[in-house]
Amino acid sequence: MTATKLMSLGEAIAEFVPDGSSVVIGAGLESCIPFAAGHEIIRQRKRHLTLVGPISDILFDQLIGAGCVAAVRAAWVGNVITGSGYNFRRAVEGGDIEVEDHSNLTLALALRAGAMGVPFLPTRTALGSDLFSTNPHLTAVTCPFTAERLAAVAAIVPDVTILHVQRADEAGRAHLWGNFGVAREAALASRWVILCAEEIVAAEVIERDPNRVILPGFRVSAVVHVPWGAHPSPVPGHYNRDHGMFLSYQRESKTPEAFAAWQASWVDGVRDRAEYLARLGQERTASLALKHHALSEAVDYGC
Amino acid sequence: MVVETQTRVYTPAESMVTAAAREIRDGEVVFVGMRLPLLGFLLARSTHAPRAMGVYELGIVRNTPAPEPILTMGDLPNLSRAQWLADTLDVMSLLQRGDVDVGFIGGAQVDRFGNLNTSYIGGVEPGKIETRLPGSGGACDIASLARRHIILMAHEKRRFVPRVDYITSPGFGDGPGWRERAGLPRGGPSTVITTLGVLRFDPATCEMLLASTHPGVSVEEVLANTGWPLKVAPEVTHTPEPTAEDLQILRRFDPHGFWTGH
Repeated sequence: MTATKLMSLGEAIAEFVPDGSSVVIGAGLESCIPFAAGHEIIRQRKRHLTLVGPISDILFDQLIGAGCVAAVRAAWVGNVITGSGYNFRRAVEGGDIEVEDHSNLTLALALRAGAMGVPFLPTRTALGSDLFSTNPHLTAVTCPFTAERLAAVAAIVPDVTILHVQRADEAGRAHLWGNFGVAREAALASRWVILCAEEIVAAEVIERDPNRVILPGFRVSAVVHVPWGAHPSPVPGHYNRDHGMFLSYQRESKTPEAFAAWQASWVDGVRDRAEYLARLGQERTASLALKHHALSEAVDYGC
Repeated sequence: MVVETQTRVYTPAESMVTAAAREIRDGEVVFVGMRLPLLGFLLARSTHAPRAMGVYELGIVRNTPAPEPILTMGDLPNLSRAQWLADTLDVMSLLQRGDVDVGFIGGAQVDRFGNLNTSYIGGVEPGKIETRLPGSGGACDIASLARRHIILMAHEKRRFVPRVDYITSPGFGDGPGWRERAGLPRGGPSTVITTLGVLRFDPATCEMLLASTHPGVSVEEVLANTGWPLKVAPEVTHTPEPTAEDLQILRRFDPHGFWTGH
């Protein structure tokens, strides 16, 4: 019997996200973004973090606005539906944070290299671009076999990856479905992995469908039960994207004062995700629920 | 703002999306970007390009319009009955192999060789950064690796500059041969669709050329809103208007006018 890795969100963040960590949070690009975990990081006043991710919608902007971040290694930071992330803009323009500019492909490759245990991977993207001038971990190389000019992307080995998944067992095995973004690469590259799950299920539920397991349980450090933990981002099989929240965030982050009020209300003003949900209200969550279900056929793993 | 002609009333965004859709040929594999390109693909798929295949950077490949209106590519209806749900690295690898015919990107600043900036206005050093923009996302990859790519953006003098402050997404660099020397395997911008017209590239010089102006827009207006002496194609025309069918379909996919403001 494997020991349980189940803990509270507060415990998981306190133990596995020390000040100064490099953190992947929002590996799904637009879906399954662990907003609850990000908000707990803000409440615990974590400092000097390095955020790693391709596109993590507004969560990076919120962590930057709350003063948790020293550096960002990312392809895109903003609000997917409206454009600019105002906290990110202010922090970069004011020289408060460092940025390493990636494309989605170079970031995915950096994490894949980390997951593979190699120092770099080659690619044909970004050649000729100025990403090379604002990312010291990209350099042009000559292929030893074909003599072609290629870009080399240095591996990223994050301290911790926080993933939001549909279901997990106590031993740290999880099912994730939908599009994956860089979730697999990020988790496999990281020293620690925190899984935030909509549901905690019996080990048997996970074991009966091993193809859907995102990474082996021995690579997972903590499992946290956080229903609605990815709101306002969507979670396949659970809830739709709350567009209204992203639209109002544009206004609520436009000035430092507006953002402080947003943080006081939606993060510091609630103790945990349960209180956040109570503030959100049942009518709002009901409007995001799946309108219809679409189940796939079961597959036969028999022998 | 609306465009009102003798036959139809539509917005500049609807005109841009329609022009974008017409760049997609039937059967092509299309890397679909955020915002207006989402709608452009849906329109093409519903009209002249029913066999077009859509690839989305989140790790989605699909060949039918989402069953319900979507605002972002990550909306759950965009996953419903997809051809493939996969890793970002998988769909980016399709792009790198050369399997993607055409990609769409937007920009804040573009220059005469189609180089695009969505990262830094001013300089990159602290103190010199006037505006920090969101960055590449997948745009640099599309511009580097698609067989051709199409740029959609607002046509303003401050955005159409002689030389971009930072190349996020490579166009033709400083002219012929630049992409090959850089090591890029193929591609380059084929078309720039703006709020005022459609621009293409002179194959001999790799410089942008005005190909058509949208209904109600004059060549002079385009020139006045471009930050370098823009060349005009000898056969410059008017961009065909969206048809009544185009507008009907667009309004079905964007029922509240979120993207097109109808």
